[in-house]
Amino acid sequence: MNRTVLDLWVGLFVIAGIVSLLFLALKVGSMNTVKTADSYEIIARFDNIGGLKPRAPVKSAGVVVGRVADIRFDNETYEAAVTLRIDKRYAFPMDTSAAIMTSGLLGEQYIGLEAGGDEQKLKDKDRITLTQSAVVLENLIGQFIYGKAQEGTPQ
Amino acid sequence: MLRRSIEGLGQRTIEGVWRIGFAARFFGVMLLHSGTAFQRFGLTIREMYFSGVLSLIIILVSGLFVGMVLGLQGYETLQRYGSESALGTLVALSLVRELGPVLAGLLFASRAGSAITAEIGLMKATEQLSAMEMMAVDPIARVVAPRFWAGVISMPVLAALFSAMGIFGGYLVGVHLIGVDEGSFWSQMQGAVDFEQDILNGVIKSVVFGIAITTIALFEGYDAPPTAEGVSGATTRTVVTSSLAVLALDFALTAFMFRGIN
Repeated sequence: MNRTVLDLWVGLFVIAGIVSLLFLALKVGSMNTVKTADSYEIIARFDNIGGLKPRAPVKSAGVVVGRVADIRFDNETYEAAVTLRIDKRYAFPMDTSAAIMTSGLLGEQYIGLEAGGDEQKLKDKDRITLTQSAVVLENLIGQFIYGKAQEGTPQ
Repeated sequence: MLRRSIEGLGQRTIEGVWRIGFAARFFGVMLLHSGTAFQRFGLTIREMYFSGVLSLIIILVSGLFVGMVLGLQGYETLQRYGSESALGTLVALSLVRELGPVLAGLLFASRAGSAITAEIGLMKATEQLSAMEMMAVDPIARVVAPRFWAGVISMPVLAALFSAMGIFGGYLVGVHLIGVDEGSFWSQMQGAVDFEQDILNGVIKSVVFGIAITTIALFEGYDAPPTAEGVSGATTRTVVTSSLAVLALDFALTAFMFRGIN
């Protein structure tokens, strides 16, 4: 086969490969995940994080504003210290509260941020003090059964 | 009787170890003599045409059908839990992480690997390799190394095309045939697929498979007995060994890459 025809085909082949990789990167995956350079970290402490995992989304008003960067167990306070990486474009007041929520009944867990009214904004390495732990289904059921049993006992 | 069977076992062990050593030396020599493959890149391009471009049809068609079947079967299971909007995630993750590199690797082994073994085995049987040596042309540098690099470059391209085609097939079936919501199909997929964790690891897998398949194919061809029977046996061994190597390597790589996430 002619050399130039061969070169042409192989060139097209490589271009097709690059295009499909770009398709995978941009359309299938999300290249625009929050990068370290244009984000800041804040730390939130929870009594119980339920099934929260690293890289879970952080949402405010339903919009993804960042991701969970790291989850550690604090052996002094016996709490979970969750590091949130928030996009620099979004600033939150100092008295923002964080809650662990579940999307749908069986969906993944995420952190919901509810902005407060403070004038000062959260900066890098700041801590969120107002937190609400994950709702553990077993505890809820336990409380419900306990309540029912108390209702039934004659006073 | 017993003595003979023990002797047979010993002989086979020694032969096996000898072959592994020979394959390792072959791999080393091939890497050392790779200069020509890049200096005269035309040689490598020619081989990329034969092992890469000519594998396109089977890779694209297989990818499309695998994706469409994933769409149908995935929907069947997901709709029982009312989460058919996660169909995109299912199709994309299974293709990008596993099926793309592995199936493209298996197809590449049977489509291109067998051809490489048969070609080199026949070159050896018809003493073309010896003739090259007589003319002071190193057959490893001139024949083997370009085929190796062509395979290593082609494999990730083919795997990426397979995954992209499969996701397109899943999209066709999921969104257009079944009627899953298009927005949630793509957005859930984008939310779940990470570039580094999933796509890049898939590319690394396909490069490793490319190295394994082409090395096995080239070695089997180079080591084939110079008879018609020997070449046919070597071709069969290439397909079997490289398919098993792809599956075993895939397990090992998956255990390394995806342990600890999710």
